[in-house]
Amino acid sequence: MSVPLPYYLGLSAVLFAIGVIGVLSRRNVIVVFMSIELMLNSVNLTLVAYSAFLGDITGQALVFFVMAVAAAEAAVGLAIVIALYRNKQTVNVDDINILKW
Amino acid sequence: MITELLVFVFLASAAVTTAVAMVLQRNPVNSAVSLIGNFFCLAGLYLLLRAQLLAVLEIAVYAGAIMVLVVFVIMLLNLGDEEKLVERFTMRTLLASGVVLAFALEMLYLFAETHVASGSQQMHSDAATIGTVESMGFALFSRFLLPLQATGMLLFAAVVGALILAKKPTA
Repeated sequence: MSVPLPYYLGLSAVLFAIGVIGVLSRRNVIVVFMSIELMLNSVNLTLVAYSAFLGDITGQALVFFVMAVAAAEAAVGLAIVIALYRNKQTVNVDDINILKW
Repeated sequence: MITELLVFVFLASAAVTTAVAMVLQRNPVNSAVSLIGNFFCLAGLYLLLRAQLLAVLEIAVYAGAIMVLVVFVIMLLNLGDEEKLVERFTMRTLLASGVVLAFALEMLYLFAETHVASGSQQMHSDAATIGTVESMGFALFSRFLLPLQATGMLLFAAVVGALILAKKPTA
């Protein structure tokens, strides 16, 4: 008998919640960014677990595309961080309020 | 098999520990190293789920490419430590933690109720064959051909966009 499916789903829920806490509580843009990566990964774990327990390859193919989108997001997101730092000399999300009404 | 359960418990606790360390550490470089540890734990879990190709890709793409990019940007910006967690413990973070806790409990409740049609106790008998490079490659180049091409376009657009955003403005 292998490890039951709810174990994987529970672990993925815990990791997702930790990622949300990171996004909400940290003030450094790069750490917020890494927390988003953590949330993407926890969803990937859910997809792979369902894929293995249902015997369906669609979940794993979807994870493949999620990884590609995460790579694109990392490149563009970090370029935005660099442009932001060049203009405002800060990566603290509380100091970046130029669009705040 | 009890060994599989032991490996799962070890990897799961290591994954949660590194994730918590990533959120709590004040220095962004330490956060990045913790996150790389988390990716290695997830790669091990993918192997437990018989997804060989994704386990390798997790290390090559996430721990290799994406985190190198993140660490490189941290180095370029020369970031210092953030203030301690207790010093920025405001009403807002308290409210956020409450919302997250409720959300996590709801997810755990829903997942505990999960029952897959074929039974959630046993992995599917095809599980070992669908995660191989051969079957993944076959699926990606036949059934998922259009999304694969679209992904290529997306990566190209991302590279061009990143170059334009990060380029020093001339004139």
